[in-house]
Amino acid sequence: MRFEWTVAVRFLREGGLQTLMIVAGAAAGISVIVFMTGFLGDLQADLIRRTLGVQANIIVRPAEEVARPLREGRDALPQVQARVQRLRSVDQWQALRQRLENTPGIRAVSPIAAGPGLMTRGDTNKSVTVTGMVPELYAAVTRFNEKIVAGEYRLSPGDTIIGTDLARDLGVGVGDKVRLSTPTSPGDAYQIRAIYDLGQRTHNRAFAYVSLPTAQALLDLPGGISSLELSVDDLFGADRLAQQLQETTAHEVESWMRANPQLRTALGNQTIMTLLIRFFLALVVAIGVASVLVVSVVQKTREIGILRAMGASRARILRVFLLQGALIGLVGAALGCIGGYTLTAVMSQFVRAEDGTQLFAAQWNGTLYLFTLIGASVLGLAAAIMPARRAARLDPAQAIRI
Amino acid sequence: MSAVIELAGIRKTYNEGTAIANEVLHGIGFAIQPGEFACLIGPSGSGKSTLLNLIGLLEKPSGGSYRLNGKAIQEADDNTRTRARLETLGFVFQFHHLLPAFSALENVMLPGLMLHGEITREVRATAIRLLTAVGLADAMHKPPNQLSGGMQQRVAIARALALTPQLVLADEPTGNLDTHSADEVFALMRDINKTQGTAFLIVTHDPRLAARCDRVIEMRDGTIVADAPQAV
Repeated sequence: MRFEWTVAVRFLREGGLQTLMIVAGAAAGISVIVFMTGFLGDLQADLIRRTLGVQANIIVRPAEEVARPLREGRDALPQVQARVQRLRSVDQWQALRQRLENTPGIRAVSPIAAGPGLMTRGDTNKSVTVTGMVPELYAAVTRFNEKIVAGEYRLSPGDTIIGTDLARDLGVGVGDKVRLSTPTSPGDAYQIRAIYDLGQRTHNRAFAYVSLPTAQALLDLPGGISSLELSVDDLFGADRLAQQLQETTAHEVESWMRANPQLRTALGNQTIMTLLIRFFLALVVAIGVASVLVVSVVQKTREIGILRAMGASRARILRVFLLQGALIGLVGAALGCIGGYTLTAVMSQFVRAEDGTQLFAAQWNGTLYLFTLIGASVLGLAAAIMPARRAARLDPAQAIRI
Repeated sequence: MSAVIELAGIRKTYNEGTAIANEVLHGIGFAIQPGEFACLIGPSGSGKSTLLNLIGLLEKPSGGSYRLNGKAIQEADDNTRTRARLETLGFVFQFHHLLPAFSALENVMLPGLMLHGEITREVRATAIRLLTAVGLADAMHKPPNQLSGGMQQRVAIARALALTPQLVLADEPTGNLDTHSADEVFALMRDINKTQGTAFLIVTHDPRLAARCDRVIEMRDGTIVADAPQAV
């Protein structure tokens, strides 16, 4: 292969500007592919996090209660009234929680007791979801601690955490007292320990967080919880994991994808679109490489003829041109990876979220670059097949006469 | 010793089997012995270059037999012919035909690289020795476009000799050179023939050069009209 390498490299170097331009073209195309591949995951994960707010990746709750008609048979046409869904505890939740915590792929588990409630100050009543949780566990699942804008992320008995908009509606701040009641409890006075901001008005009015035992008392769920919320390592594999869990428990397991079908569809479409763009970029790069090599074969007809006359076999000429294609792909990919990284770094400075935080950061993604280098080399090689065969088939006697 | 090449009844027809079929060689037969210094003369269009391409295994004859070192090769496949070109034959063309991307030395080392798959110390030493022998010791690292026509042709001769072929085929090797350079190049080939015993078959238009060959084969309209040894 030394002969093929030597001749391929020399031919490319001799190509000068022509080689430079196709390598630059390949690098430009590949850097956009690298950029899109690298930031898409980040961008989607960020979008999901922002859209879901405090929704967990996977939620485990008691199976729905269904009414079953007792009469069976062909002629029976019973009218079945759907049952109301009572607030019930997740059965044996302590054991389940332990099992989930030991399941690979699950990052954190947070028990939640949530139900309807009313927050009152003076003569103003606001309906809220009373949500009991353990602060550390809840933060591990939802990063809720990052959403606190005032006060301290801590829940003692008699403390509550509410959202910015609810606080404004009630005209209260950290340290003020409000009344929290539920259908099953006349309620008590609670002190506002902290205020959160989820970036969405409805979310900021919806929840009144209290400690888990407080919620259990308020909602009449002694020792019980209404759901277990999980965060997972692979956001996009949440649905698969949820289905696996569903099969091994008697509870209802729902992933964020199930709970937000429109978001999932939108993300899916986005993925398909970028896949399509990347595919066509790769195609354009391949066509560019092929066309430059076709021209190169014509330009080098005489040299190919000499090499053949000197005793280079058809297979060797074929390999010389295949190698040129692979080399263009490889060098283009190396530059493209650097370009893609730079593009991500530059773009991350300009593309920002509403609150000014970066939507994605430039990360050194070794696996992506390795795959890009290999993929682009194979792509270049494939693009070179047609020109290389043409070069190998040249009739040496005619080629020399040119 | 057996002949290097032996031709018998060689015919070549272009566009065979079509309405414009054109037979350019009509039954050529001759042999070249090791160490011979022969030239092939004749007017343009007499079929000299075609014959040289056939002998050089760049084209296949339409009929007849061709034995290279006693082995029939007229029907051999492309790989066998390519191998035979590499190991047995050397080419010198009219328009130098060096590879412009390689220096003079690299051009001469290319056949060795092809044969051994790497540039061995021996390949390099041989190439340097040959370039020194053709008087280019000082110019061996220059690319072809920095060499004069005569120098380029001397590099081409060195390259043709790189793997010590039994026969060098030269197609008008001096056709593109001034008289002085032509004489030098011719003298060089003559010298190699004498000292190393390499056989030469030289196509030429130049009667002055033809007069200095051991044997003159004359072609006209695709046949050999004269083939005689001559005293130099």
